Amino acid sequence: MDHDNLSTLYRQAILEAGEDPHNFGDLLRPTVSTELHNPTCGDVIILQLKISDHIIKDIKFKGQGCIISQASASIMTDLIKGKSLDQAKKLRIAFSQMITDNHFIDNDKLKDALIFKGVRKFPQRIKCATLVWNALEKSIQHVEEANG
Amino acid sequence: MIESPYRHDFPFFDSQKKKLKRAYLDSAATTQKPSSVIEELVHFYTKDNANIYRGIYATSQRATSKFEAVRDKVKTFINASERTEIIFTKGTTQSLNWIVFGYFWDRLHSDDEILISVMEHHSNLVPWQQLAIHTGAKLNYVNLDEDQQLDIDDFKAKLNSRVKVVALTHVSNVLGCLNPVTQITTLAHKFGAKVVIDGAQAIGHMSVDVQEINCDFYAFSGHKAFAPTGVGVLYGKKELLEKMTPLEYGGEMISDVNYQNTSFKELPLRLEAGTQNISGVIGLGAALDYLNKCKLNEIECYIKKLTKLAFEQLISIPEVIIYGSKNASFHQGIISFNIKGIHPHDVATVLDIKGVEIRAGHHCAQVLMRYLKIPACLRLSLHIYNDETDIQQLIIALHEVLRFFKHGS
Repeated sequence: MDHDNLSTLYRQAILEAGEDPHNFGDLLRPTVSTELHNPTCGDVIILQLKISDHIIKDIKFKGQGCIISQASASIMTDLIKGKSLDQAKKLRIAFSQMITDNHFIDNDKLKDALIFKGVRKFPQRIKCATLVWNALEKSIQHVEEANG
Repeated sequence: MIESPYRHDFPFFDSQKKKLKRAYLDSAATTQKPSSVIEELVHFYTKDNANIYRGIYATSQRATSKFEAVRDKVKTFINASERTEIIFTKGTTQSLNWIVFGYFWDRLHSDDEILISVMEHHSNLVPWQQLAIHTGAKLNYVNLDEDQQLDIDDFKAKLNSRVKVVALTHVSNVLGCLNPVTQITTLAHKFGAKVVIDGAQAIGHMSVDVQEINCDFYAFSGHKAFAPTGVGVLYGKKELLEKMTPLEYGGEMISDVNYQNTSFKELPLRLEAGTQNISGVIGLGAALDYLNKCKLNEIECYIKKLTKLAFEQLISIPEVIIYGSKNASFHQGIISFNIKGIHPHDVATVLDIKGVEIRAGHHCAQVLMRYLKIPACLRLSLHIYNDETDIQQLIIALHEVLRFFKHGS
């Protein structure tokens, strides 16, 4: 029972992505860079996006955090690369619904990010999984405001 | 096997599900309450509830005398010289904020210095930072020595006649060390600096004598010493409290109100505007009675014994990194640590599933985290209701953490 519980949160793919995350590092001349802190634990994430014609051409993150936050950043950045800003915004909303709503129906567009569904059983850890998505939302807001 | 003779006094432990024993190891955040405190609150609300000071009737008088009796209990408990030196607040944070904003706010200048330490809790750091920004005074930090204790030599080196106030925690909420507050106060007074002590983690763990320390202000919360949340104490030397500006004006702190001006009551009421946390204060009284009954030296002894055991068990796990002294006896019921290569939040989630309740995070001490160059850590904190089974449960769970994250099974 205990072990099932643990495996609900720490799915193998999450453990792997957390250990060796994709898209970790810096972009050369990013369009926007956003730093977000998780004030309850001191974790920090820096998300960088390269955007042209409303398309996220490249995306990287760095920072320090738990397995959940690192894995979430790895999987989110894989998913978002090549998407339009509108698609990215929709995915962020879908992720947020998945992680808070018990009646959530799987949204296939979330692809690998669906493995974070189990996090909603751990309310203390929701912030870990959403930190990078919040950084994405902030980045898009910033770009849209700058473009008027 | 170390068994707690106090555990049965705390109904929290009876109410737990039999299936999974919970090891509550977060008393530095807040303590569980003994039945005598809970019963006192029920008694107050069933028999004595009325507002204090203002009623002519019997119930109000009874509530008032019970409330004021706690002021005497606190005075004795920390050995203040006068009862008027005891001001009730909602906790350590409010006490420290009142000291900063009510006393020091207009008394510092741009060429003055404020001396605190890198181990301070945000509530004994952020207000001083605000004071430094407001006055232009320099905020200086005392570092740690090689054993991650307060570096007395560094303190002496940073002390000079420009230092107007030294603010220091009595016991660190992360490192668990007991600071030499009496020595610090003597040294600071030689340079004319006032001394403020944050007693949040000391109170209820050891006897505190403010006259012996000779500090100018001392702040603590009730809830870390078996009392309800929302009640705390601001102790100050009378001549300083007399000069303190109230941060709240209103009912019961005035003696005469005219159209354009008001005269105020004497201490302590001048600093206690509005209806007080009456039940909280009365609960604090019951908590002090309980602490006195248990005897503080025996409490200190018991916590030390259990801390030593926890320390030895933790260092037997090679992946554990302990912060603070390498000597177990320098940890006052608090041990902060990390597991090499595993983020503290991941550790804490597994521990929670295993029924072990410990804190993971920066413990409101981000400057200390920066100083130690860690993002966060785990902290276990013990009190008299903990016993050896709690420690065993933690150690078994930590092995489970290592199995799960290191071997992925």
